[in-house]
Amino acid sequence: MAITKTEVEHVANLARLTLTEKETEQFTDQLNRILQMAEKLNELDTTGIEPTSHVLPMANVMREDEVRPSLPLEKVLLNAPDQKDGLVRVPAVFEG
Amino acid sequence: MSKYETVIGLEVHVELHTKSKIFCGCSTTFGVAPNIQTCPICLGHPGVLPVLNREAVNFAIKAAMALNCEIATHSKFDRKNYFYPDCPKAYQISQFDQPIGENGWLDIEVDGARKRIGITRLHLEEDAGKLTHDGDATLVDFNRVGMPLVEIVSEPDLRSPAEAKAYLEKIKSIIQYTGVSDVKLEEGSLRCDANISLRLFGQDEFGTKTELKNLNSFRNVERALQYEEVRQAKDLDDGKRIIQQTLRWNEETNEVKVMRSKEQAHDYRYFPEPDLVSLVISDEWKEEIRSSIPELPDSRKARYIKDWGLSSYDADQLTGTRNVADYFEQTVQAGADAKMAANWITGDLMGYLNSNNVEIHQSKITPTLLAGMTDLLQKGTISSKIAKTVFKEMIETGKEAAKIVEEKGLVQISDEGAIRSEVVKVIQANPQSIDDFKNGKDRALGFLVGQVMKATKGKANPQMVNEMIREELSKL
Repeated sequence: MAITKTEVEHVANLARLTLTEKETEQFTDQLNRILQMAEKLNELDTTGIEPTSHVLPMANVMREDEVRPSLPLEKVLLNAPDQKDGLVRVPAVFEG
Repeated sequence: MSKYETVIGLEVHVELHTKSKIFCGCSTTFGVAPNIQTCPICLGHPGVLPVLNREAVNFAIKAAMALNCEIATHSKFDRKNYFYPDCPKAYQISQFDQPIGENGWLDIEVDGARKRIGITRLHLEEDAGKLTHDGDATLVDFNRVGMPLVEIVSEPDLRSPAEAKAYLEKIKSIIQYTGVSDVKLEEGSLRCDANISLRLFGQDEFGTKTELKNLNSFRNVERALQYEEVRQAKDLDDGKRIIQQTLRWNEETNEVKVMRSKEQAHDYRYFPEPDLVSLVISDEWKEEIRSSIPELPDSRKARYIKDWGLSSYDADQLTGTRNVADYFEQTVQAGADAKMAANWITGDLMGYLNSNNVEIHQSKITPTLLAGMTDLLQKGTISSKIAKTVFKEMIETGKEAAKIVEEKGLVQISDEGAIRSEVVKVIQANPQSIDDFKNGKDRALGFLVGQVMKATKGKANPQMVNEMIREELSKL
């Protein structure tokens, strides 16, 4: 199950990454080797073993429905590239 | 009749009415200033961990049960990855392959015909932020990020825009009964996307579907679907292929417009959320929630028709929201005749509440007060005309009907002597009407009754007046 350059380009696009031709080739090679390593797991016989979604032997970790203080607005906006009336201002995205 | 059959499936999002967000302690209060209900967790700062709100899970299970879903014993959360300014973590915590509920259903009624609509699944997730467009920029309010949300996906069982509307109304009503959300479209706590495709009647495969977004009222859902139904039929007739795409309904122009896709080909790359452990929902937990679900609208409607002889229409009116249904039942429990109570509630009371924008449980007329008034009406102490006056006074002041009647001297005159003397006076004063009556004009009788009612300020028992006028006239 080898990963192709096209797939790397697709995933990079989904992650909003611009890759050079050289990087695309480099990552295709690296990702293939990572996948090959993961493939090794398929050699194990997992008959009768339930799929694991989490390694911790715990379930139902929950909190009560209680309100706690939020961040002050000045702090919220510290990481914002730009703001307007308390709203974070970003380049336009079009919804139609 | 079109040669195409319409196939519609709906995706409904309902915000759960918890006090705090699903994975952090930020408040969920609606309508506050932008970005003041946010914290490092919902803003997706590095190194923070989500902790699941127990009440959000309870509410999701409750909603799923009310929609007749099978409840999962093992459930978990997954990451849905996408880049968009409404999602600060660049992934939404949602549920992929182990939703809280599956295989549910609800019944709708369109043109008197009942139909069962399947519900594929109900899953729990976090809401995204709110975007507004501002010229060459987009403005983001993160207050909504992390609000607990359930997504309810229907089977493609709906066959018309009217059925889609009925389905939505039913979901709204059921969820409202459970109390897990305030289901207000105008505040965005109930939102809907629709999938629609056409196929030739008799064809098994589905046609290519389009997805409609921005349907912010039930009316818009119906209108957008009607528009798309016509558009697709025309394209098919013209031999064009339908393109699978997302369309945005524009309520000003009443048209759809193609939306730029948020993520190509829904490539969300789901994977299990490593920051949350799984959920195990025990039978005890399920039973505890099941026992907290009130009697739902369909069951109440059936009971009102069967036990109290109400019409289907009245029963619908009374069961639309839980507050109204509870109010009606309390009125009957307080001793009112069910049909009489139904008439007053669906008529004068709802009319007043709607025009004054008051909720029924805030009304000055309590169920007990209303029952007190219908009691006077039934005993004949007041006429139905006087009852209207009493009602108006009650709803303004919250006074007991009996007290209003006493204070204003509105007791119906049922004393035979008193009424007869008025009747005789009216007949003597209107000789023309006597002739008219003798010449077979029934209108004359109505006129005379009206005159007696006027003379008694509406307090005479109308039935007695009617009978006595006939008696007196026949003597002449």
